[in-house]
Order: sequence, then C-alpha cells, then structure tokens
Amino acid sequence: MRVNFTVNGRPQEADDVWEGESLLYVLRERLGLPGSKNACEQGECGSCTVRLDGVPVCSCLVAAGQVEGRDVVTVEGLAEFARQRAERDRCETASRGDRTAAPGTSLDEARAWQARGSDSQAGEGGELAPIQQAFIDAGAVQCGFCTPGLLVAADEMLEHHPNPTDADIREALSGNLCRCTGYEKIMDAVRLAAARQGEAV
Amino acid sequence: MPSPTSGFDRAGGASIGAPLGTPVKVTQGSRTKGGVGESTLRPDGTLKVTGEFAYSSDLWHEDMLWGQILRSTVAHAEIVSLDTSEALATPGVYAVMTYDDLPTDVKHYGLEIQDTPVLAHGKVRHHGEPVAIVAADHPETARRAAAKIKVEYRELPVITDEASATAPDAILVHENRDDHHVGHVPHPNIVHRQPIVRGDADAAAGRADVVVRGEYTFGMQDQAFLGPESGLAVPEEDGGVHLYIATQWLHSDLRQIAPVLGLPENKVRMTLAGVGGAFGGREDLSMQIHACLLALRTGKPVKIVYNRFESFFGHVHRHPAKLFYEHGATRDGKLTHVKCRIVLDGGAYASASPAVVGNASSLGIGPYVVDDVDIEAIALYTNNPPCGAMRGFGAVQACFAYEAQMDKVAKELGLDPVEFRQRNAMEQGALLPTGQRVDSPAPVAELLRRVKAMPLPPERQWESSEGADVRQLPGGLSNTTHGEGVVRGIGYAVGIKNVGFSEGFDDYSTAKVRMEVVAGEPVATVHTAMAEVGQGGVTVHAQIARTELGVAQVTIHPANTEVGSAGSTSASRQTYVTGGAVKNSCELVREKVLEIGRRRFGSHHPAWATAELLLEGGKVVTDGGEVLADLVDVLADEAVEVEAQWRHRPTEPFDLRTGQGNGHVQYSFAAHRAVVEVDTELGLVKVIELACAQDVGKALNPLSVIGQIQGGTTQGLGVAVMEEIIVDPKTAKVRNPSFTDYLIPTILDTPTIPVDVLELADDHAPYGLRGIGEAPTLSSTPAVLAAIRNATGLELDRTPVRPEHLTGT
Repeated sequence: MRVNFTVNGRPQEADDVWEGESLLYVLRERLGLPGSKNACEQGECGSCTVRLDGVPVCSCLVAAGQVEGRDVVTVEGLAEFARQRAERDRCETASRGDRTAAPGTSLDEARAWQARGSDSQAGEGGELAPIQQAFIDAGAVQCGFCTPGLLVAADEMLEHHPNPTDADIREALSGNLCRCTGYEKIMDAVRLAAARQGEAV
Repeated sequence: MPSPTSGFDRAGGASIGAPLGTPVKVTQGSRTKGGVGESTLRPDGTLKVTGEFAYSSDLWHEDMLWGQILRSTVAHAEIVSLDTSEALATPGVYAVMTYDDLPTDVKHYGLEIQDTPVLAHGKVRHHGEPVAIVAADHPETARRAAAKIKVEYRELPVITDEASATAPDAILVHENRDDHHVGHVPHPNIVHRQPIVRGDADAAAGRADVVVRGEYTFGMQDQAFLGPESGLAVPEEDGGVHLYIATQWLHSDLRQIAPVLGLPENKVRMTLAGVGGAFGGREDLSMQIHACLLALRTGKPVKIVYNRFESFFGHVHRHPAKLFYEHGATRDGKLTHVKCRIVLDGGAYASASPAVVGNASSLGIGPYVVDDVDIEAIALYTNNPPCGAMRGFGAVQACFAYEAQMDKVAKELGLDPVEFRQRNAMEQGALLPTGQRVDSPAPVAELLRRVKAMPLPPERQWESSEGADVRQLPGGLSNTTHGEGVVRGIGYAVGIKNVGFSEGFDDYSTAKVRMEVVAGEPVATVHTAMAEVGQGGVTVHAQIARTELGVAQVTIHPANTEVGSAGSTSASRQTYVTGGAVKNSCELVREKVLEIGRRRFGSHHPAWATAELLLEGGKVVTDGGEVLADLVDVLADEAVEVEAQWRHRPTEPFDLRTGQGNGHVQYSFAAHRAVVEVDTELGLVKVIELACAQDVGKALNPLSVIGQIQGGTTQGLGVAVMEEIIVDPKTAKVRNPSFTDYLIPTILDTPTIPVDVLELADDHAPYGLRGIGEAPTLSSTPAVLAAIRNATGLELDRTPVRPEHLTGT
C-alpha cells in the first residue's frame, strides 16, 4: 500500500508498504530517518517515541496505515520544531501579554507546522532544541540509544509543564527505559532545560 | 594510608587542585584547556541527540538483504532431520544455510574454549540455539521463510543444576572435551574449578566465638543493553568481507570470525558501528559470523538486527549462582576464617566462564583481611542459557553473599554492621586470599565512613503537610498505599572488583596518534580499535591527547581493525589500558615533535637543549612558561605519527590447587548505603535513596565518572528487586524473553543516587586512575537487600527479592 503523511513538516509518500509494517519501520527503513530507535518493538522501552499529531506515541505500536494524512515529528525534526514553537510563543506572549502556562500544541497547530530549510530533515546544521543541548550539557547521554525517545518525551512534557517537580519528570518519562545512566543525569538535563526555558521567558 | 584528597559534589562540579597561593609546578598539560580532569562533553553528543549517530541497527546499503536466524525451540535435543526446501523456495529468499553449508573445517568459536557451533550440528544444547540462517529482501520475508524450515527434534533430558550435571549417569553436555581445563575438573560437566586455600580455615574455626553459615541464590541477570545485536556485512571485490558491527572487542571478533569463513584476517575488515550499550553482553559473538556467511554466499550486503525477543537468546547472561558461606569471628569483632563454595551456572557453552570463576574465587571473601580461607568456585555446563560476561563478572555474585554474611556476623556479635566491616577492612599492603599484596590505596573503611556520613532522606514524608505522593511510595502509581504498612530500612555494603584482564592474560592496547597542521592549526588524531559502547572512552581519549600534546583540536578516528587491538571494553579496563596506550603514543609523538623543533629551532634559543619542554596552547614552552616556538612552525608540513602497544604490569595465573598467584592488576572499591521503604502487606519495595562512595584514583572526566557510578548502581538495584531471567527447571526454556516480562528499572523505580568520589592515586596506573565501571554494580545489590532485611527482619537469601518473599504467600 501507499501511505501519505507529513514527517517533520514535509509531505512524505511511502510506497510498497506491507500492512504489517509499523510507523517505526517506515520511518527507519523507507524514509531514511533512523533516529527513532528499535529497542523492544513492543511499546515497553519508549526508544521509538515520536509525536503523532502532537501526541507522544511509541511508533513501533502504530501501524503504518494509521498515519495516513497525519503529522509526525521525530528526533530529527525536534530542533526545528522547538525553534518554531519558541518563535510562536514569543509572538503570542507579545500579543497577549503574560502567558504563564503553555497549553501544548493543538492539533491544528501541529498540522500547520512546517519545517524550514533543507537541514531539518537530517537534523544537521541548525541550533539544537533546548532539551537536546541540556542532555549534552548535563551528561545525560551515554550510549545514546534511549536518547531520541527521551528527548521527544521530555520536550513534550516541558511544553505542558514548564516547571515540573522531580516526581512530575519521573512520571512523564517512566515509559522510557535507559540502561546506562541510572537516570540521574537525565533528571539533571530536564531540570536544566526547564530552568533555561524559565530564564528565556 | 594517604589522606583523602578533595572529592566533588554529585552535580559533577570538579574542585580539584592546589589551594590558592601554593606555588604550582607546571607539568605537561597542567594548563591545557579541555584536558584530563575536566568534565568535557562527549564528542558524539550532538550526533546522538539529533538522531544522526549511526548505530549498527541503523545501517543501510543499496541492494541490502536481511538475515534471519532460526533458533531451537527446545533446550536439549538431537536434530533428527532438517528440511530447508520450502524456505529456499520462498520468493524473495536468496539463501538458506545450515551446518552442512559451512565453508571450512572450523565450525565452532568461543572466547577461550571453541565449543560453540556456528550452527547446530546434530544436537542443540540450549533453548534458542542457532540452527539455520536465511537471507531475504525484506525482514518479514526472512522471518516467514525461517519459520518454514522443518526441524525434527528428539528431546534429551535437560541438565539444569549441579545435582543433575554431576549425577553418575549425567549426560555430558559436551562429549570429548579437549580444552585445557578438562584435566583439572572433577566432572566433564564442570567447565573450570578454582580452589583458593590460604592458612588453615578448619583450625581457625576453632578460635571463633561465633560461626555463621548461609546459602544464597543469585538469579540470572540480563545485560539488557537497549541497542539490539546488529550489524551489516558487505562482500568485497577481493573475496573478503567488511563487517560493520556493534561489539566490545573488534579484534577478538576477528580472530573468531575469519577461520570460520576460511579467510585470512586481512580479508575480514571490521569497523565499529554505533553501539547501544554492552555491559558484557557483546563480548561474545552473536550475529557476526552469520551475517558474513550470508553476505559471502549471496554476494550481497546482509544486515541482521535482532528484535528484543531474540536478543534474550542471542547473548550470554550473568551467571546465576548458588553460594555457600561460613564466616567465623571473635567476640572483639575480628574475622577468624571464611569458607565458601560458589557454584556458577555457565549454561550450554563456556563463554567467559573460566575467567568468571577466577574472579568469583579470588574476590570471594570481599575487601576484608582474613588469614585463613578455604574457597572453591566452579562453573557448570548445563542446558540453561549460556552465561558469560556481565558488568562485575563473578565479583557481583560473591559480593551479594559475603555482604549478607557480614551483616549476619555483626548481628550475632551485637555490633554495628558498618563498624564490624571497618574492623576487618582491607588497607593498602593487605594480602588477598591469593597471596597477592594490595599495593595501592584500599580505602575500604573510609568509603564506608563517607557513605554513612551522608545525610539521610526525610522519613515518613506521607505525613508531611503536602500529604502522600504515591509516586514516592511502594507500589507507586498503582496507588496501593498512602503510607499504611510501610516501614523503612537502611543497609550498607562494600565490594572489591579487579580492573583489567587477570591471570596472566596479555592485556595490551594499541593507539595510533598523529599530529599535523590542518588549516593553520595543530591537530591530533587518535586512532584506536577501542569499542565506544557509551562509557565515554572517546571523550577521555581527546582529553588525554590535549593534555599530552597541548592542542585544542583532537579528532577521534573511527574504530576499526586497521589499527592494532585495543582489547575489550570490559573489566573496567579501557580508560586504564587504551587510555594508557593513547597517553604513551602521545608521549612518543611529543618527543618526536620536540626533536623536530630542536632540529629546526635549537640554535635560536639555549632552552631547547637545557629546559624541560612542554607542549601547551599549541606552542612549545619551557616549564618556566617561556614560549620557544609555535607548533604550526615546528611541524610545518610534516606529520608525526606513532602507533604503539602499551601494557600494564603483567599478572600470573592462579595455582590450580592452591589459588595462589599475583593474578590481578588493580582493584576498584565502592560502598553503598541503601534506604528503602517496604509495604509489608503487599511485599512491594521502594528504594528511596542509593548513596555511593567510590575511590576512582583520578577522575579523568568527573561528569562521566559520576554517570558510570550511577548507571552501575542502578543495574545493581535492578537485580536486587526485579531483574531475573526465569528458566523453567523442567524444560530449561526461557519464560520471559521480553521487556514486558523481564523488568529493568524505570526512572520511577530509580531513586536519587548521591555520589561521593574519592581520588587516591594508584601510582602504577596512568594519571593514578582506577577503572571504575564495575565496582558500583557490586555493592548496590547487597546494600538494597540489607536495607530490606533491616526493614522487614526477614533473612532473604536470594536476589532478586520478589513480593512473595516478603509476604510469605
């Protein structure tokens, strides 16, 4: 079958897709986007987390056919996604005055979002998303296999909860397994990203 | 004992250096930015956070096929017939291979003993053993074709424990053994046996005021690295093959792969692909030979990626163990003797079992001084899953048992468990049971003091004004308690781990370092075959090169077999051994650079001949700080390159009867304090905090050091309360090969892990460093168990602890 959907702001068409293929397989093997990882393919580890119409999902549990006409953001597009969100937030803050809690990404906003420039597809060139930079700075990356899924999940959490407690962070990231770090540096990274986000406002 | 130097806080901010006002002697690299001792960031960090870092499972090649392995559905059976015709006739299938298709007489491989068939020959010895391999143009086609292979098994009785392995009529797991251990083992179903006898334990037992005995069980733990076994084999025009692979040791793989393919080693090129964690599980081969065989057979690139289910069958696990201990002590709290017997289940193939036996026995009594010991460790051949290397490697199982014993003895004596440990703690100069003298700092008592001195987390938080947050209580979001039935316990443990390969192994590494001017700037390139598996070796190599060569820019060359062996990324050895090799090669490069400088500029300034010269900030300077020349001018268009091997001090094998011998290179010590809360009604455990104090010798990268300690601590927590591969004792089949059924700690299961780092230099090691990766995995588990015992009053002689062990239901 043929599946048409949007990935990181770009319309994509995948041909000859088997009915049994997952979104994860199509991203990795058909669209050349291997950033989302294949660690358990059972929805237990969160390494394949992407946003589907704004909602974080395990892409291994989404059948490719289910994404027809929908919008997907992967780790490869996270930096540009975060940049445009920040720009939009700045505009809204300027026009509406104070805005303390971000409401998250509405479906319409998620669909309307477009990647800019040729680099965002490969994740090259541009600035990193704040959560990506925080993971590097805090030492939250070791082998890095869990990192893409954690970044997508943590970025989504900070969108909804700009000032999370430690318990909030743990709850939000409890679907993402990491075997290297013992999670402490991941906690540090999320706290760091939240603090920097707070400073920027 | 030297006085402890400054540690650094758990946030990773380094505070190492001389007090203000003290004159500092300038030595090579001491003023170089980004050098040794700084928390520089990973060179692969950006690639890893953008999704660009190419792990072995991400590789792709034009015309690539997918390989699939058919594995045995039973644990022990003769293969009566094997029919591949239907699989071969499946559209999209390019090749199906069995034992009969292997190209040479070499049909087995193994780390030490070549007992593992590339593909099963007439018999399978464990559940999930590879029987046939398939290559097809889609992974699903390959899977379905493999399922069409018809295998008829005639099942044999399964050997699952010591009793069944050594019974008089026991079937031999391996007939006709000819390895070098078979001559000294009491039964052919025992891979290796190592006794260690020192003093007279029986006589010493007579002096004991209290004698405590215990039997302990350690469950089978999985490394559970997140990146599945995978790789891409590309056939080459010269008839060879290029394998892109996630492994822990490229050259060890190469030595095992090439003979099976019938190729000389120079026709099997190996490049390290991105590795998604390892923890010992990639020390043995998995899909390497299979992918190469299919690539050479089909003439096309072949990629194999295990899924999680297959991964549980595709690598060795941590040896489960039965441990029998007797400790004696006098009223004044001194140990009189220790007797122990450690039975490790090695499963169907030897893997690293002999070396695991060596560790378990030689470190079997822990970091304590005991003159009279009688130790025996064995590893069995059974039909259980093969077991081999995992972080901690034999020392983990022993630590779980001897630390439980230390608590029991302390209780018998009415002593504080930390105080009792401190009275018997090893110090520098102590003798191990092997007779080897510990000739570097051994701050066992100090680590215990430090970990005990850390502030305790507040109690009964559910009674605070904010009320209960179920996320911080046993049962968590299952909302099973708001504090009722919950009791707190605190437990301590300390351990000793050897660093590097022991028992006479020639444990060397190789580094090629090149220095040249690129775009007007001096640049060092470091090329080793070290497997970066996440530990941060590449970060440290760049730091060492900066320190030794005084440059800002360091390029880390991809790891491959074009350079000599780096040895394994295991045994906490890479920063020591490959770090040592990089340091050594940098020093040789530095000498050559200075020679060039003397040749070109020696006549310009007398200091070239008389002063101690350093490379700093891209310049040649005197130790007084005077700049003699710019490296750009010294090198001009010349490149200086050195490839050299480097070795630590040699070790000796242990005597096969007495276990005496200078078998180890270095030791690593860590202590833990666990604070747990237990819902005694439901048997649920919440680890509230797991504090660690560790001596790291010298933290080359404090941020990475703390990351290693926290990660190792968490793996120890996992096997304390949740992680176990369940093998059915009747069928020897694995019952929980998935992340749904084999649980590893989530971020909700993992507590805060405050770390106190001690830096007492080991003068034998580069920069005084200690290998650090494994020690925190040892004492974490027994500390958690001790805390649960403290909370519940239960004996708890097995790990992991399950709810039924706490509720008795």
